[in-house]
Amino acid sequence: MNKLKMLRPTIAMAALFISLQGFAAGGGAELESADIDPDNISSLQRGARNFMNYCSGCHSAQYVRFNTIGKYLELSEEQLVDNLMFNAEKTFETIQASMPSDDAARWYGTAPPDMSLMARAKGADYIYNFLKGFHLDADSPTGVDNIVLVGTSMPHVLWELQGYQKTIYSEHVETREDGSTTTTHEFVGFEHVTTGSMEAEEFDDFVRDTVNFLAYISEPIRSERRKLGVWVLMYLIVFWVIAVMLKKQIWKDVK
Amino acid sequence: MARIEAEVGKPQGGLMKWIDDRFPFTETMKYHVTEYYAAKSFNWWYIFGVLAMVVLVIQLVTGVFLTMNYKPSADEAFASVEYIMRDVEWGWLIRYMHSTGASFFFIVVYLHMFRAMLYGSYKKPRELIWIIGMLIFFVLMAEGFAGYLLPWGQMSYWGAQVIISLFGAIPGIGDALVEFIRGDYSISDITLNRFFALHVIVLPLSLIGLIFVHIVALHHVGSNNPDGIEIKEHKGPDGIPLDGVPFHPHHTTKDLVGIIVFLMLFTGVVFFAPEMGGMFLEHSNFEPANMTATPEHIAPVWYYTPYYAILRAVPSKLWGFILFAIAVVLPLFLPWLDRARVKSIRYRGWMYKTALTTFVISFVALGYLGLQAATDAYVMAARFFAVLYFMFFLLMPYYTSIDKTKPVPDRVKYHE
Amino acid sequence: MSEDDVDRIDRNRRHFLTVATVVTGAVGAGFAAIPFLSSLQPSARAQALGAPVEVPIGSLEPGELIRVLWRGRLVFVLRRDEGMLARLQESLDNLRDPNSEVVEQQPDYAANETRSVKPEYLVVEGSCTHLGCAPLEDFEVRPSENWGGGFFCPCHGSKFDLAGRVSKGVPAPTNLRVPPHRFVRDDLILIGQDTGAT
Repeated sequence: MNKLKMLRPTIAMAALFISLQGFAAGGGAELESADIDPDNISSLQRGARNFMNYCSGCHSAQYVRFNTIGKYLELSEEQLVDNLMFNAEKTFETIQASMPSDDAARWYGTAPPDMSLMARAKGADYIYNFLKGFHLDADSPTGVDNIVLVGTSMPHVLWELQGYQKTIYSEHVETREDGSTTTTHEFVGFEHVTTGSMEAEEFDDFVRDTVNFLAYISEPIRSERRKLGVWVLMYLIVFWVIAVMLKKQIWKDVK
Repeated sequence: MARIEAEVGKPQGGLMKWIDDRFPFTETMKYHVTEYYAAKSFNWWYIFGVLAMVVLVIQLVTGVFLTMNYKPSADEAFASVEYIMRDVEWGWLIRYMHSTGASFFFIVVYLHMFRAMLYGSYKKPRELIWIIGMLIFFVLMAEGFAGYLLPWGQMSYWGAQVIISLFGAIPGIGDALVEFIRGDYSISDITLNRFFALHVIVLPLSLIGLIFVHIVALHHVGSNNPDGIEIKEHKGPDGIPLDGVPFHPHHTTKDLVGIIVFLMLFTGVVFFAPEMGGMFLEHSNFEPANMTATPEHIAPVWYYTPYYAILRAVPSKLWGFILFAIAVVLPLFLPWLDRARVKSIRYRGWMYKTALTTFVISFVALGYLGLQAATDAYVMAARFFAVLYFMFFLLMPYYTSIDKTKPVPDRVKYHE
Repeated sequence: MSEDDVDRIDRNRRHFLTVATVVTGAVGAGFAAIPFLSSLQPSARAQALGAPVEVPIGSLEPGELIRVLWRGRLVFVLRRDEGMLARLQESLDNLRDPNSEVVEQQPDYAANETRSVKPEYLVVEGSCTHLGCAPLEDFEVRPSENWGGGFFCPCHGSKFDLAGRVSKGVPAPTNLRVPPHRFVRDDLILIGQDTGAT
């Protein structure tokens, strides 16, 4: 009886949570899942290398220190210096873009955003689809546009790896009652125009590793907090058992 | 009889006497703790008052430590939050506790208020407790709002922009008032700085003061119970209410069990889902405030959305604001809107039960709708539920006075 | 069992459970306090800013002193001339710790007659060991005052010689602290680190 009574407010609280989670889930465009594995250290290592080689020319990650990365990615100080720190000297420095952002703003129209929190702001799937979503567009000053972020000022940095692709649309012609027609175009996929140095799957993995790394730097503490959380919950369960026994003892004589 | 006397608060000699001659320590402990009698029939709906205190302490402690590292300036605020999250030892935990605590504060307070509605805790002689409680709720809303600007993310900035602009709806003084609140021609460094002052000094102090008065008033009239009976009306020969048990050790040990369950949920979120899928920490707030671009989808944090949905449902700036304000303030008048002779839902008739259920459904539905983009269908739904929300209060004098109530027993019903 | 026995057992059990609850709660509170107290330690940024600093000394003339900041703390780098070095051997009786016996005040490699790695170069923290004021240099020799040159603290009058050794009869209890440092090259000192790679 007592148990049941306790359940009701608890359920009320739990229900609030679940509904809150549910609220949050709705909406959003259809994105292919990035399918990243945050516990895969070698994927993160490759992602770090990709980021430093292909992204950090223009994009900073100004809140991320090399030594933090090194600790989690199991890289020694030497490995950090040799493989990742192209424009930094000390391991405690943060990731700065090689190109000053003022210059970049002048070249591209907008300054390339900082990447420290991009995965938390946009989601890993978004970045994954963005990086794979460049396609030829003659009207664009960079020669390409992006299916995820239309009108982006970012050029197709990974063209050598992916090659160039163009968009394929299916055409739907709808005839109204008065005989007039409307044509709608629906995006169905990409078609390669030129091939890059990587096979499609290889390139997917390349992007996945990079996105994995971006997700990691957006919250470097993630894995530690989850580990710690297990201990905290175990402690609370023990405490709860003792507290319940004490409560029963104290209330024993209340009739 | 194996009734064991409470050990705390026994009159003692020596140091205790010296103190008691100068400060009513033992007397206060007796009055508020060891000899404060509350009904033995409390169910778990009665845990949320204590839980609100727990969250308050969490917020105060984590808040102090955040203040030690946070910089209330438009140039530095966003970076200082990331500094806390990454560079300060354990800063991430302190920050997640604070951001999660904000949402939990409202969860707990909403359920605490719902408990009062279930068992008529706002009715005579507890009207003032309810009014003070509503004031606490208003201050809490302001506190949450001021606090939400501080990380200086996109949602901080644009959320504040929208809500502050609401005051522009007031005829005549609107624009001047908005400028006065911001202290600038737009939300700026100046606004951030003053919101910081409000968030860490003015509002918490008011909150603590009001909570103190809330509890003093409560202990003066005594706690209500699920039967809505005044336990003070049936005292034993020793002057102790027959249906009461002392706050300590009985209710304290029981509350501890509830607190631990609460902490499991709380730490569960802190350690495993601090963003709560974008509900507790919104995704756009991981981007620094950008005055030149509003995020595509902008919604306040979940705890304001029931009222926000009402605001959006009205196709007029002024009336939207007025109905929004009325929706927030209306519960203040519950003690006088409710004409029923019984307090507890246990002895009320079908009308109040139906009305309260409808109210809960419409409140949750409005909360949901306030989070969604304002499409036509959603706005229509919001209007429907907003009408139900207002009807619950405005028709209350009528339906509670004709509702058929059941006879209330003399003594509490207690199953253990 | 009599009612008294039941009473006693209950009381014992109750006492045990009360203690168990209080202890468990206190342990939890203790652990919960760790993050809050740890957060007060120097952060990663403070540690980064407090990293070792390089001091080029190629252009330092004999008898010249330069001031540098390491971890926001003042450090004196003094190139002593021969006269200065000679005077270090004089009036040792006036010093409280002439042989650098207080081990916390200098690394092992500076616990020598000149309190330095190389006799010429003195590296000491410019922080009076009394209450942390920055001493002033006073290299003028005044035999009448029994002063062979050194450092003088303006706050409470503590005196230190040209090796940062404290005089007797002043408030400062110990010699000026020698920070960890090493010579990267003959003309470059690294303050804040004595071994390992940069």
